[in-house]
Amino acid sequence: MSFLELRMVSKSYGAGAAEVEAIRDVDLSVERGSLVAVMGPSGSGKSTLLTIAGSLEDPTRGEVVIGGRSLSVMSRNDKARLRRRTVGYVFQDFNLLAGLTAGENVALPLELDGVPARRARSAGVSALEQLGIAERAERYPDELSGGERQRVAIARAVVGERSLLLADEPSGALDSTNSEAVMRMILAACRRGVAAVVVTHDAQLASWADRVVFIRDGRIVDQTVPPPAPESLLEDVTGPSQQR
Amino acid sequence: MSVRHALLALLSEGPKYGLQLRQEFEESTGEVWPLNVGQVYTTLQRLERDELIESDDGEAEAGPQKAFRITGAGREELESWLSTPPDMTSPPRDELVIKVLAALRVPGVSVHDVIQAHRRYLVELMQQWTRLKEDEADFDLTFALVGDAELFRLDSVVRWLDAADGRLKRAELEAPGLKTGPIFRRRLVAPR
Repeated sequence: MSFLELRMVSKSYGAGAAEVEAIRDVDLSVERGSLVAVMGPSGSGKSTLLTIAGSLEDPTRGEVVIGGRSLSVMSRNDKARLRRRTVGYVFQDFNLLAGLTAGENVALPLELDGVPARRARSAGVSALEQLGIAERAERYPDELSGGERQRVAIARAVVGERSLLLADEPSGALDSTNSEAVMRMILAACRRGVAAVVVTHDAQLASWADRVVFIRDGRIVDQTVPPPAPESLLEDVTGPSQQR
Repeated sequence: MSVRHALLALLSEGPKYGLQLRQEFEESTGEVWPLNVGQVYTTLQRLERDELIESDDGEAEAGPQKAFRITGAGREELESWLSTPPDMTSPPRDELVIKVLAALRVPGVSVHDVIQAHRRYLVELMQQWTRLKEDEADFDLTFALVGDAELFRLDSVVRWLDAADGRLKRAELEAPGLKTGPIFRRRLVAPR
């Protein structure tokens, strides 16, 4: 069963003649353990789709269901709790709090959710450990490299029992080695059972996904079919096996 | 890639047998380019004729048990090949480019749909390469390098499609019903 479902979701801004439809009739479902990329150019509505999927914004029409619960029947408090406990975000510019150390940044969502500070900190450190930067836990964001900051942001997004990871151009301005590392981390979270959506314009990032959905002018226009087993590609590349 | 120079590169490490050369060739190209045995021995014979390699026994047939080593001339040839850029100046006869240009002229066909069909195919191919890289990269450096090369190549084509899509959309907004001129209104000449 899908963990995240968008059913005929539309979002408009403004009214009357000035009304702009950012996304229209979007259907999208993401299972636990799977990574879906939404690929489209700037202004195609992909970031709007992500903020609606994460309950940061309400759709104008349609329904969003997370973990079997429809957001339309949730109170503001329910949604806030859902955002703290279930949904993790990764933003292009990391959005780390400058006055907190890496460890404190990662522990923050748990502490906000009422987890005692000591337990939250140790969960934070173990999330950083998984991403290979536990030794940077006491550093402040401005003492970290771009790649390290993004690892902290991913640790913050997956800390605790989060089961939905939403990432908006998660490799930002990182170089290709660091971008690859970021996607490997997101994929690793998926393989542990997280459902993840990455929105991007970058085909190399998107190609890490189990499924790529193409968005154009606010509509989903196409999607990839699941890739066949790797062996079939080798056959493709090399042609029929030659006589040895 | 030239089989001839790949064999010279392998022999630059030290003398080797024919069979060994075939195996190492496959390994060094990330096993994406299997070579048939005949191709290896024919190439070795030609290299020997051109005095770029030599064997212990010049008379015997090139075969699995014959050892080869690189000569001074072979080493010079190899070094000059390594630092000579391959010819990248191809005239714009790329099939994909032609299809997109042709789609502009066919009534009832949306060029954006044509672009998307190609984009999807390319991204699917990229997914397959990325999947291979995910499995292999940790322990096979050669394969990771070959995979990256393929991914960057495919990515550049997707980027071109994205750019073309955007450029066409802007053109349509500025001049609805826009018709293109004849294909290649200006002659493109490959730089020398």
